[in-house]
Amino acid sequence: MNLTLKIWRQPGPDEKGQFVNYPVSDVSPDSSFLEMMDVLNEQLVEKGDEPVAFDHDCREGICGMCSMYINGRPHGPDDAITTCQLHMRKFKDGETITIEPWRAKPFPVIKDLIVDRSSFDEIIQAGGFVSVDTGGVPDANAIPIPKIDADLAMDAAACIGCGACVAACKNASAMLFVSAKVSQFALLPQGKVEAKRRVQKMVAKMDELGFGNCTNTYACEAECPKEIKVTNIARMNREFFAAKVCAPSE
Amino acid sequence: MATLDSKIPDGTLAEKWSNYKAHQNLVNPANKRKLEIIVVGTGLAGAAAAASLGELGFKVKNFCIQDSPRRAHSIAAQGGINAAKNYPNDGDSIYRLFYDTIKGGDYRAREANVYRLAEVSNNIIDQCVAQGVPFAREYGGLLDNRSFGGALVSRTFYARGQTGQQLLLGAYSALSKEVAKGSVEMYVRREMLDLVIIDGRARGIITRNTVTGEIERFAAHAVVVATGGYGNVFFLSTNAMNSNGSVAWQCYKKGAYFGNPCMVQIHPTCIPVHGDYQSKLTLMSESLRNDGRIWVPKKKEDAEKIQKGQLKPTEIKEEDRDYYLERRYPAFGNLVPRDVASRAAKERCDAGYGVGNTGLAVYLDFKHAIERLGRHVIEARYGNLFQMYEKIVDENPYETPMMIYPAIHYTMGGIWVDYELQTTIPGLFAAGEANFSDHGANRLGASALMQGLADGYFVIPYTVQNYLADQINVPFFKTDLPEFEAAEKDVREKLEKLLNNKGSKTVDSFHKKLGLLMWDHVGMARNKAGLEEAINEIKALREEFWKDVKVPGTMHGVNVELEKATRVADFLELGELMAKDALDREESCGGHFREEYQTEEGEAVRNDKEFMYVSAWEYKGDNVTPTLHKESLNYEYIEVKTRNYKEAKS
Amino acid sequence: MGKSFTQSSLTKKFVMAFAGLFLITFLFVHMGINLLVLLPSTDAFNIAAHFMGTNILIKVFEVVLFGGFFIHIIYGLILQVQNWMARPNRYKVEGWSHTSPFSKFMIHTAVIIFIFLVIHMADFYFKAKFFGGVDEVMIDGKPYHDLGALVLAKFQMIGFVIGYIVAFIILGFHLHHGFQSGFQSLGLNHSKYTPLIKSLSTLVSIVLAVGFSIIPLVIYFS
Repeated sequence: MNLTLKIWRQPGPDEKGQFVNYPVSDVSPDSSFLEMMDVLNEQLVEKGDEPVAFDHDCREGICGMCSMYINGRPHGPDDAITTCQLHMRKFKDGETITIEPWRAKPFPVIKDLIVDRSSFDEIIQAGGFVSVDTGGVPDANAIPIPKIDADLAMDAAACIGCGACVAACKNASAMLFVSAKVSQFALLPQGKVEAKRRVQKMVAKMDELGFGNCTNTYACEAECPKEIKVTNIARMNREFFAAKVCAPSE
Repeated sequence: MATLDSKIPDGTLAEKWSNYKAHQNLVNPANKRKLEIIVVGTGLAGAAAAASLGELGFKVKNFCIQDSPRRAHSIAAQGGINAAKNYPNDGDSIYRLFYDTIKGGDYRAREANVYRLAEVSNNIIDQCVAQGVPFAREYGGLLDNRSFGGALVSRTFYARGQTGQQLLLGAYSALSKEVAKGSVEMYVRREMLDLVIIDGRARGIITRNTVTGEIERFAAHAVVVATGGYGNVFFLSTNAMNSNGSVAWQCYKKGAYFGNPCMVQIHPTCIPVHGDYQSKLTLMSESLRNDGRIWVPKKKEDAEKIQKGQLKPTEIKEEDRDYYLERRYPAFGNLVPRDVASRAAKERCDAGYGVGNTGLAVYLDFKHAIERLGRHVIEARYGNLFQMYEKIVDENPYETPMMIYPAIHYTMGGIWVDYELQTTIPGLFAAGEANFSDHGANRLGASALMQGLADGYFVIPYTVQNYLADQINVPFFKTDLPEFEAAEKDVREKLEKLLNNKGSKTVDSFHKKLGLLMWDHVGMARNKAGLEEAINEIKALREEFWKDVKVPGTMHGVNVELEKATRVADFLELGELMAKDALDREESCGGHFREEYQTEEGEAVRNDKEFMYVSAWEYKGDNVTPTLHKESLNYEYIEVKTRNYKEAKS
Repeated sequence: MGKSFTQSSLTKKFVMAFAGLFLITFLFVHMGINLLVLLPSTDAFNIAAHFMGTNILIKVFEVVLFGGFFIHIIYGLILQVQNWMARPNRYKVEGWSHTSPFSKFMIHTAVIIFIFLVIHMADFYFKAKFFGGVDEVMIDGKPYHDLGALVLAKFQMIGFVIGYIVAFIILGFHLHHGFQSGFQSLGLNHSKYTPLIKSLSTLVSIVLAVGFSIIPLVIYFS
């Protein structure tokens, strides 16, 4: 396959970026998208140019590090995958592929296609945990949990924190990410203990960081590589109002 | 020179860890605030250790190579985590988990460590459930188990095909809680480039900020490294792209002994290599072997036709299929340990029965399982794995068998540690895959998660405290001490040398060459001549690297090529040590298979008389032969036998 | 209720949804009265309009209604501005993935509906209420504003008819997303009932758009 890559190049966080076109030839349809990027970078290095900086690590769709916005879709033209799982057979020979970084105020560009997603860590630090210390916990089977609740919690917990939901959302909203964590814990007895406190703190942090608001467009769900459902957002809404209306003030 | 004292506590096997904890030194809460600990790595071991130490009240600095601790490669573990809970009432016990782990490791692991591992395994499950880890459950609301290779019981807890992810996110949440509290300071996008030693003790590290390019100094009273394994020395492996052996290698070069470097695990169920542009290999969970059956054609001509694309696997009749694991190992069948399964696959492929266009693949077939259980059950169990396979290979595993082949997956070897997980450098601890302990010559499935969390949650917090108990009067270290100056200078010189080299070949081209060399000679099957050749060729490649490598860019800002170059430079040294260790070990055991030492049937022949030891290599200088120290292994509570997976007797 | 309650994005969304769903109920009442104008005599329409304009309970309710409009508009604007601010640099290739197609254009449809609303108010509501530009008609010996005649006169103009119909089609688009979205914002999403709500959303948007649009069409062509 021969392709033209239109890639966003930006030397640093405060510098202006622009699109640069790169032709690539003889790409195997069986290679992954990132392997195609590797080939491009090898060529750039050989020429003495600076390779395109992009985040990636596990290359099996679970670490959540890869983050390319390809032809208008986070993680590119396939469903339920990350960029590293995208294969070139999804493109047509001769195609021009536009590659951009995630764009959102809370995800500033570091370089080229690398963005800073530490805002997600901050949201988790605001309350995305169960406050138990190591040791002194009850036996794992002490509290039976209905299978359906455990399954739904697992559905929500499958989030890899890649930020595709924010990237896909026309409002750069982080609701799907935040609600996935809120839901996971709200569904489990272990997490229920501090559920009211958690949801308020996480939502407040999300707002503070400058993510947009949810308009229930559901692009997040459509683009989520782990198919996290927007029912989690509704659950978070419920949890939040219940907490605001019913919980005693601290 | 440090001596090899494994510091096994007194008492019977079952009493050792209790005895240790009962008599160890503790630090009072007010003094904990005065003590700083550096934890490098945020995988299961690192995140769990950092969080637990933070909870105790120590001042912890935690370093992460990725942009977030949630991305450490522990996240990729699919299948599960072992524990001796015996919830299914199928005869499991702490002793049996201990026994299976020692046996699975081919009698090359330390009894006391492994027993402790089995002992704390149950606490791990309790801890994770309390953290909100959504393990799979039965309709009755209790935890579900499945079985893994090398065991006759179901003791593996799992969270769909994403157990590693869920456990890591559990540890990450505990860590986030401590970061929010201020007890742990998190440093992301940092790569440790050197260890700082002051008066013989580990007291700090030098890192490079991979965003700004800044070289930074951090001091502490103790350093814990939990930086994973070095499987990426093979270039193609199931490890993440950023996984590397450089931290372990820096520790080695600063005086920590390197244990069993040749012990590498080759995982039998990976998606086969498909092209030379390939950057990594994808693992298909071992759990698939619960329901999948492994086979190749019985007739060579069928195999050849399949390789040429003239025949489809579904067209091969039942009687023409060779379920070679079931044939060779009737008791364990498809659930033999990983080393055994990998070698058996290699044996069939080498003999010409392999499938796929390269002939380097075997089938993993779910036809019978789907017939027996229905597609929906298989989908519920392995749906995400099947989907992953289909995305990569473009074939539907519900309809046609999966193709798999062994790939480098895990390194049992690592920094040598004693019972306290302390290295031969006082104050330097190694946890998780980064150390050599617990798995001997082969790791059983679902035991890596167990070991990482055992070390992080339940061992390091005790043993580091024991070490720090006499350090309470040592004030915080300043980073302008001459030792820091010197270490930073070395790092800068190395980086500048790479950048100023201005050669003609890319870093990856060297890495690929090294990987092929390692795979051919220090891979699944090794022999004397090949290993000697490898040692020479690695040396030559290393020289060529320093002469001709091309690293563009500068020290400042993001420079991925520079990051890769430092890692490959270390791999080029580490690879040689692996080959040396493999050459020294004139026996076949676990993942280390020397072709000279096998039975007529191709089974490994161990030599307990001469090689029942852990090799611990001491660095003596660049291009100087390292010194081999031997920690002999004594089995008091277990009868050393030839591993036998043909029969169900243990 | 603390400070954070009034400021949180979820609360704003909750208020938006609540106000929006409330406004839909008003639309149904309004449509019901409007359809009276199609009766052979406009008397019923004029009486109903009079009742709406003079009854004390309705007057109280009118304040609530205006409050609903005001809050829905102000909160909508605040949320929208925040949403724009959340992505200062736009994508070169804009995302097309969305499962609720009209949701992308809520602010656009909202602006058109708002403009229509202003014209509509000037034409009917304010005229009747304050400007007194409406003729009087006697029904059962009592004087009423002859809004019916006003409506009939207005809908003889083709431009007015088209403008009116376009506005209500746009409103249909707005409601197609808005109705079901409101339930989601209130946290009401359930695997059993949400598909029903989504169908209902389509139905509501069609009924209102058609219900309102049919009036000028019938008048113009009869």
